[in-house]
Amino acid sequence: MTTEPVDELKPHPETSSLTGTPILEVEDLKMYFPVKSSGFLRRTIGHVQAVDGVSFQVRSGSSLGLVGESGCGKSTTGRLITRLYEPTAGRIEFDGRDIANLSERELHPLRRDIQMIFQDPYTSLNPRHTVGAIVGAPLAIHKVVPKDKILARVQELLEIVGLNPEHYNRYPHEFSGGQRQRIGIARALTLQPKLLVADEPVSALDVSIQAQVVNLLQDLQREFNIAFLFVAHDLAIVRHFCPEIAVMYLGKIVEIGDRETLYARPNHPYTQALLSAVPDVKQAKVGGRRERIRLEGDLPSPINPPSGCRFRTRCPIAQDICARVEPPLLQVGPTHKVACHFPGEVGKHPEKPITPRLLGVDDSGMPDLAAGPATDLPTGPGYSDTWFDLEHNTMGRA
Amino acid sequence: MFAYLVRRIIGGIVLLIVMSLVTFALFFASPVNPADFSCGKNCSPAQKKQTAAALGFDDNFFNQWADFGKGVFVGRDFPDDPKLRETAPETIAHCPAPCLGYSRERTANVTSLIKETLPVSVSLAILAFIIWIVGGVLFGVIAALRRGTIIDRGLVGISLVLYAFPTFFVGLLLYKFVAIKWGWVDIPRYETIADGGITGWASSLILPAITLAVFFMAAYVRMTRAYVIESLSEDYVRTARAKGLPARAVTFKHALRAALTPIVTMAGLDFAGLLGGAIITESVFNYPGLGKLAVQANRDYDLPTLVGLVLLLAAFVIIANIIVDVLYAVIDPRVRLS
Amino acid sequence: MSDTSTKHDAFLRVEDLRVHFPTADGVVKATDGLSFELARGKTLGIVGESGSGKSVSSSAILGLHRGTRAQVSGQILLEDVDLLQLSDEEMRRRRGLDVAMIFQDPLSAMHPYYTVGNQLVEAYRVHNNVSKKAARTRAIEMLERVGIPQPDRRVDDYPHQFSGGMRQRAMIAMGLINNPGLLIADEPTTALDVTVQAQILDLLQDLQREFNSAIIIITHDLGVVAEMADQVLVMYAGKAVEYGPTKELLVRPEMPYTWGLLSSVPDVTADTDSKLIPIPGNPPSLLNPPSGCAFHPRCPHKDKVPGRLCWTVQPELVPGRQGMGHLKRCHLPDPDQVYALEVLPEFDPELASELAQARIPDPAADAAAGPAAGPAAGTAAGTATPDTADERDAQ
Ligand SMILES: Nc1ncnc2c1ncn2[C@@H]1O[C@H](COP(=O)(O)OP(=O)(O)OP(=O)(O)O)[C@@H](O)[C@H]1O
Ligand SMILES: Nc1ncnc2c1ncn2[C@@H]1O[C@H](COP(=O)(O)OP(=O)(O)OP(=O)(O)O)[C@@H](O)[C@H]1O
Ligand code: SF4
Ligand code: SF4
Ligand SMILES: [Mg+2]
Ligand SMILES: [Mg+2]
Repeated sequence: MTTEPVDELKPHPETSSLTGTPILEVEDLKMYFPVKSSGFLRRTIGHVQAVDGVSFQVRSGSSLGLVGESGCGKSTTGRLITRLYEPTAGRIEFDGRDIANLSERELHPLRRDIQMIFQDPYTSLNPRHTVGAIVGAPLAIHKVVPKDKILARVQELLEIVGLNPEHYNRYPHEFSGGQRQRIGIARALTLQPKLLVADEPVSALDVSIQAQVVNLLQDLQREFNIAFLFVAHDLAIVRHFCPEIAVMYLGKIVEIGDRETLYARPNHPYTQALLSAVPDVKQAKVGGRRERIRLEGDLPSPINPPSGCRFRTRCPIAQDICARVEPPLLQVGPTHKVACHFPGEVGKHPEKPITPRLLGVDDSGMPDLAAGPATDLPTGPGYSDTWFDLEHNTMGRA
Repeated sequence: MFAYLVRRIIGGIVLLIVMSLVTFALFFASPVNPADFSCGKNCSPAQKKQTAAALGFDDNFFNQWADFGKGVFVGRDFPDDPKLRETAPETIAHCPAPCLGYSRERTANVTSLIKETLPVSVSLAILAFIIWIVGGVLFGVIAALRRGTIIDRGLVGISLVLYAFPTFFVGLLLYKFVAIKWGWVDIPRYETIADGGITGWASSLILPAITLAVFFMAAYVRMTRAYVIESLSEDYVRTARAKGLPARAVTFKHALRAALTPIVTMAGLDFAGLLGGAIITESVFNYPGLGKLAVQANRDYDLPTLVGLVLLLAAFVIIANIIVDVLYAVIDPRVRLS
Repeated sequence: MSDTSTKHDAFLRVEDLRVHFPTADGVVKATDGLSFELARGKTLGIVGESGSGKSVSSSAILGLHRGTRAQVSGQILLEDVDLLQLSDEEMRRRRGLDVAMIFQDPLSAMHPYYTVGNQLVEAYRVHNNVSKKAARTRAIEMLERVGIPQPDRRVDDYPHQFSGGMRQRAMIAMGLINNPGLLIADEPTTALDVTVQAQILDLLQDLQREFNSAIIIITHDLGVVAEMADQVLVMYAGKAVEYGPTKELLVRPEMPYTWGLLSSVPDVTADTDSKLIPIPGNPPSLLNPPSGCAFHPRCPHKDKVPGRLCWTVQPELVPGRQGMGHLKRCHLPDPDQVYALEVLPEFDPELASELAQARIPDPAADAAAGPAAGPAAGTAAGTATPDTADERDAQ
C-alpha cells in the first residue's frame, strides 16, 4: 500500500540536520515515583507517572529540545539520562550501550561522557569551594590529568567559557548569575562530555544575560561536537537552540519533529495551544492581543492521569475516542510524529479520527472486531522512511 | 493526623529502646568496674566477684538489659543473684514497676530517687520557662520592630553580655547580692506547693529560675529578633501592607505568627532538656533536683541511677519532640494538609 | 493612543520620583528621577533588567517604603493628590483601596497560615465596614470572577492547595476586591507557564475593561509588553531611558539599551541561523553608576557620538525623532538610521527591509531633523523632565 508523497511532505532542507548518527537513543522510558499513604503503615498507594514511555534520539553534535508545562516530566527525563534516577522501565542506549540499569560502579566511566548543567546558578555550586576546585573536581575524581596539570586545565576551561582565568581562586558568591552559570558550564565541560543535559540552563538568568549563555553553549557545541538534551520552557529559546524538539504533556511526548515543522505546522492541539500562548514582540505593530487557543483548567495530576489521551480534559477538539484509547505517537511526516487521534494543522483537524484502523477500534474508540487486529505500528525512537499520510489516510512512503 | 501521631509515638518508643541499649552498652564498656568502686579499696578478688554478683553485673549484657526492661514494666527484686538472695534474704529489696534500677550507694530504688527530685527540677524548669519565653519573645519582638534604633542595639547588647555570663556566676551574684546582701528574698530553699502554697513555692524558686532563665532569655531575644526581622521581609508581609492593613495587624497577625513557629519548636526542646535537671543552677543553690542527683550519681559511680536519669531525660526529649511536631502541624496548615 | 501631552486627564502622574537607600557602602539610587503618567483604562509596561529599579519605583507608589530608611522624593499625583504628601495613616487607607498591587511569586506573596478566603476577606474589611459574612460573599464572588472553579469551596483552601495559576488568580482577586483605580502588577506571570500566563493576561485585560482601571505591568518580557501595554517605559540603572507608545517604541526604538533587549531574546518566528546578540557586560552598580550615560560601558554605539560625550555627559530624556510622545535618553544623533541599518538587519532582517521601504519617501526630513535632537532641544520642548544639575556630572 504505497502512495505518492504529497508535495508538502518533501523533506525540508532543515530536516537534513536530523540525519546524524544518534549518540543517545531512548525507548519507552518510564519513571514512576511511589506515592505513600499518610496512614500508619505508609503503604504505596499509587505512583506519580512522571515519565511514562518516552522514546527519542539525540544525534551526535546536535540538540533535542524538551518543552512543556511545569511538572510534565522534563527534568525527570533529563535526570534519567544522566542516571541520577534509575528508570522504572525502558532502554537508554548511549553510544551503543544500554545504560538504563547499570550499577553505580559500571556508570562511573560513563559519567565522563554525560554531564548536566543545572537551572539555578546560585544553589548548584558549593559556596565553600573555590571556582578552581569546583571546575577541577571532575579531573581529580576521574584522574584524567596529573595533579600538577589540573590548574592549567581549569584556567583553560575558564577561558573557554569567557571567565577570567585568574579568578580560579575566587568563590561562587563573588560572581554574578550569568558568570556562575558559566562556571557550571565549565564544570560540565571539564571531562569533554559527548552529551550535555542542560536543564533550564538560562531560565534563572536575566534576559540580557541569557543570550550570552545561549551563544556560549552554541559555540561550545560547534567546537567540541557536543550533543545536547536541552530542557526548557521558553519555546523561543528552545527553537533557537535545537533543530529537533519534543513537546511533553503529563509524562508523554505528544509531538516531536524538526523545529520548522513543529513551530510552523504543529499538528497536536496541545502544541498549537502552547505556541499560540507565547507573547510576541511583533504584536506591537498590530496592537492588542494575538488570537489564541485558550486552554481551560489546570494540568491534571500525574498520579491519576486521564484515561486515553492525557490531554483530553483540556483539549478543545476531544471526542469519545479520546477517553477510550490512547493515541499512538504516529509518524506523519519525514521527521514529524504526533500523538493525537485527530492530527492536523490549526482549524484543519480531521472530522473523523485517523487512528481506528491502525488500532482496531471504531470511530468512537470501541473495539471493532470487523476492523481486524491492530496494525503493527512502529513505536521506537527515530523516524522511519514510511509514515502515515494524513492526506490519504494511509501509510505512505518518502 | 491521627495516624501520624500513632506513627510518631511508636517511633518514639523504638527510639527509647534503642537509647536504653546504647546507654547500657556505654556503661557496660566503661573502663571503670563499678564493682571495684562499690566494694572499696582493699577488696579481694572474691569479694569483688561477690559484689559484682550482688549488683547483677556478672551477667551478660543482654540479660542485664532484659532484666532492666522487665523491671520497667513489672518490677523486680534486688539483688539479682539467686545465691545471694538465699543466703541473705534480709537484703532483698523490692522495686515495683516502673523500676529503673536499684542504687546500692543510696540503698533506694532509682524510681523513688527520681520521684523525690523530679518535682524540684520540673518546678524550676516551668518557672524559668515562663520567665525566659515572656522576656525573650517580648524583648526580641521589640528589638526587631525598633530595628537599628538605640532600643534595638541596647537589647541586643545586653542579651549578648548576659549570654556570655556563665550560669554559675549569675547564680552566685544573685545569691550573694539579692538574697544575702540586700535581703530582698529569703535565702533560697526549696518549698513544695503543699508546704508553702503557690507563693511560697514560687518565691522559693525565683532566684534559681531567674538564673536559669537569663541564659535562655538572652538566646531567645536574639533568636526572636532574627526570626521576626526575617518574617517582616517576607513577601506576604509586603502583601499585607499593600492591602492597607494597619501596622499593628501587619506585625501581629502576619509577621509574628510565622516567626513564632520556629520559636515554639526551639522552646519545646529546650524545656524538655531543662526537665532533666539544671546541673549548675541546682548545684549553686543546692537544690535537690535531678541535676544534683546526676552530679552525685556521677561522683559515686552509681550506674543504676545514671542509667535511669539518662533514659528519663531521653524520654522527655522524645516526648517533647512529638509534641512540638504536633504543634507544628496545628500551626502550619502546609504540614497538616499535605 | 498616547496621552502624555495632555497632563490634566492623567489619572496617575509621577514626577521626578527618586528612591534612595542609604547603605553602609553609600547611597543606592534605585530610582533616580522617574516621570511618567497614566490614564484610566490604560496600561503602562515597565521593562528593564533585574535591579534596574522597577519594583522599587512601583512600591513607592503604594508608599511601601514608608517606615524604612529609604528616602523618597518627587511627586506621585493620583487624581491630583500627591501621595508623597499624605500622612502615613492617609496613605494606608488608600493602599488596597485606590491602588493595589500583585506580586511575582503568588506562593510567597500569600500568607501560608491563612486560608485564601480569610486573606481576601481581610483585604475587603480593611476598607469596608461590613460583616464577616458579607465580606466572605464578596470574596467568593471575586474568586468566581477570576475564574476559580467551585469558589464557594475553594475559598476555604490554603494557598499551598492552589496551583500556581490559581494562586495568581486569587492574588488578582484580592487586588481588585476593592475595585481600585490603579493596579500595579509586578511580574505577575514570570513564575508561570506560558499557557497559564496567557490566561492571567487575558484575565487582567478583561478586568481592566470591566473596571476601567489603570494598570502598571512590570515585566522583563517584551512580548508581554507588546500585547498588554499602551505605553512602555524602559528602565536602566534607576532611570527611564526610553518612554513612549508601545507601538512606536517597539517598532522604532531609539535607544541602544532597548535595542539590546529586543535583539537578545529570540522570537518564535525568528531565523534560527541568526545569532542572538547579547548585551555585553553586566548590569551597572547603583552605588557608583558609570559616568556620563550609565549604559556606556555596555553600549556598542558609543563611538558614534562625537567628543566622548557618552563618557562625560549624562543624556537627557528628550523627544526623539517620532514626535513628542516618544522620549529617549541617548546622545546618538541618528538613532533610527543606526537601528535600521545596523541593528535590525542582524536580528530581524524581514522587518528591516520593511522599515527600509517605509523610510524611502521622506529621507530629507530625517536628515534635517538629525543633528537638532540634542539635550537643548529636549529641555526647550518642555515635556521632558529636566534632570537636576547636581547629578549631571559633566567633567
Ligand atoms: N523525586 C520525586 N518524587 C516524587 N515525585 C517527583 C519526584 N521528582 C519529580 N516528581 C514529580 O514528577 C513530575 C514531573 O516532575 P519534573 O520535575 O520532571 O517536571 P518538569 O517538567 O521538569 O517541571 P518544571 O518545568 O517545573 O521543572 C511532577 O509531578 C513532580 O511532582
Ligand atoms: N532596601 C533596600 N536597600 C538597599 N538597596 C535596595 C533596597 N531595595 C532595593 N534595593 C536595590 O535597588 C535596586 C532596584 O531593585 P528593584 O527590586 O526595583 O529591581 P527590579 O528592577 O524590580 O529587578 P527584578 O527584575 O530583579 O525584580 C536593586 O539594585 C536593589 O539591590
Ligand atoms: S487525541 Fe483527542 S484529546 Fe488527545 S489531543 Fe487529540 S483530539 Fe485532543
Ligand atoms: S548615550 Fe551613548 S552610550 Fe548611552 S546609549 Fe546613547 S550611544 Fe550608547
Ligand atoms: Mg524541571
Ligand atoms: Mg522586581
